[in-house]
Amino acid sequence: MKYNSVFDIIGPVMVGPSSSHTAGAARIGKAARNLFGRQPSWAKIHLYESFAKTYRGHGTDFALVGGLLGMETDDPQISKALQLAKEKGLEVEFIEDSASANHPNTVRMIIGDDSDQQELMGISIGGGKVEITELNGFELRLSGNHPAILIMHNDRFGAIASVTKILAKYELNIGHMEVNRKDVGKEALMVIEVDQNVDDTILQELQAADHITSIAKIVS
Amino acid sequence: MFRTVAELVEMAEKDNIPISEVMIRQEMDVKEKSREEIFSEMEKNLVVMEKAIEDALKGVQSVTGLTGGDAVKVQKYMKEKTPLSGNLMMDAVSKAMGTNEVNAAMGIICATPTAGSAGCVPGTLFAVKEQLNPTREEMIRYLFTSGAFGFVVANNAFISGAAGGCQAEVGSAGAMASAAIVEMAGGTPKQSSHAFAITLKNMLGLVCDPVAGLVEVPCVKRNAAGSSLAIVSADLALAGVESRIPCDEVIGAMYRIGKQMPSSLRETGEGGLADTPTGRFLKEKIFGVSV
Repeated sequence: MKYNSVFDIIGPVMVGPSSSHTAGAARIGKAARNLFGRQPSWAKIHLYESFAKTYRGHGTDFALVGGLLGMETDDPQISKALQLAKEKGLEVEFIEDSASANHPNTVRMIIGDDSDQQELMGISIGGGKVEITELNGFELRLSGNHPAILIMHNDRFGAIASVTKILAKYELNIGHMEVNRKDVGKEALMVIEVDQNVDDTILQELQAADHITSIAKIVS
Repeated sequence: MFRTVAELVEMAEKDNIPISEVMIRQEMDVKEKSREEIFSEMEKNLVVMEKAIEDALKGVQSVTGLTGGDAVKVQKYMKEKTPLSGNLMMDAVSKAMGTNEVNAAMGIICATPTAGSAGCVPGTLFAVKEQLNPTREEMIRYLFTSGAFGFVVANNAFISGAAGGCQAEVGSAGAMASAAIVEMAGGTPKQSSHAFAITLKNMLGLVCDPVAGLVEVPCVKRNAAGSSLAIVSADLALAGVESRIPCDEVIGAMYRIGKQMPSSLRETGEGGLADTPTGRFLKEKIFGVSV
């Protein structure tokens, strides 16, 4: 089932005007930032279908950028996010992409700075709930049913064990896990769905584990 | 975990508990949290709803100027005249529209189930409360009952206008409110399901056609429709009127209708009211682009 909590239905608390186009967009932006590990200095944001047609009216642009700046759905600063981005040295470009997408609320965010770049595809499925469907060319199958941790790492022995050891230490149960890599010894991605939300302290410990490059958490 | 309204009602009847209690127990189970934690999380949402209504009744305006101030107008009318549809009804309508005026003005609201439809559940709650005098706990339970029904819709159909049209948003929100009113007024779980079905049936086919793509016109007044219909359906169900089509089948119909809706009528701002001469004029005026 796509929705597993009453708070998916009654909630989130958010800055208006749209749960899918504003709150959901902020959550996708925040996930992109968390995965990148820091504030990017530029962002090229491709919007599809309903997102492309109505983003200005819904503040989808403010919200995506607010998320990139680290804002939550209920941050009143969201409405000033475009201005704040300029002040914080984040250059943003929006592209209304006419290509068709599998979901009407789809966004592709290419973000980066002098040292790195990242590409992510996200969909906003309603009521503020989002799914990440692609990251740096890796297709994800994040159901969105459970909280999830996405971990970019180097394809080395011990990387997976170092992560699962930490999760076991905190008695976090793994519901679903997949590991993808681009090539032997290259960039790889672990997607781990867990049953409970993960505290920031655990994330920090994971971030410091062997061969881990970046980490993000998706709250269901 | 319940998947259908039939299962939800059955679980409530089997243990002789209200719908809200089924939802609370499931949430405790899924999140592995205590009753107190779940209650306090929901109370935070209630506080946000209360605050949004308070702000609305002081008067708000959206950036575009398209919406705002109607909630205040209705409250003033209620004080000076005798509303034909009664005070409780107009109070609900005013508070529902007010919540969405705050939403359109980029204020802080609680999505129920979405932001565009955020007025129906709190609008009815804070109006019905004046007559039923519920405890704080009963008010929080109102949100769990609403959520239980919304949960079934979200998992079997959709709750976003982009996916299923306004029937999926205000249709679901109004129906959720109907079910919660019935429980607060002392009706049975089955009566809640009939109230839900009656509201959703009357919202079937409603398209999502926002002018200029903004959650303003007609969204704010659609919340007036959703909240007033919620009260009518609740009264019908409490009077013993039943929906001939079972609740889950109504949700199924809503899903199939949404699937058949063209994209121009699913939150793209291209069809319906958005595509009227005035709708197009307003879009051009706001964004400075011709369409």
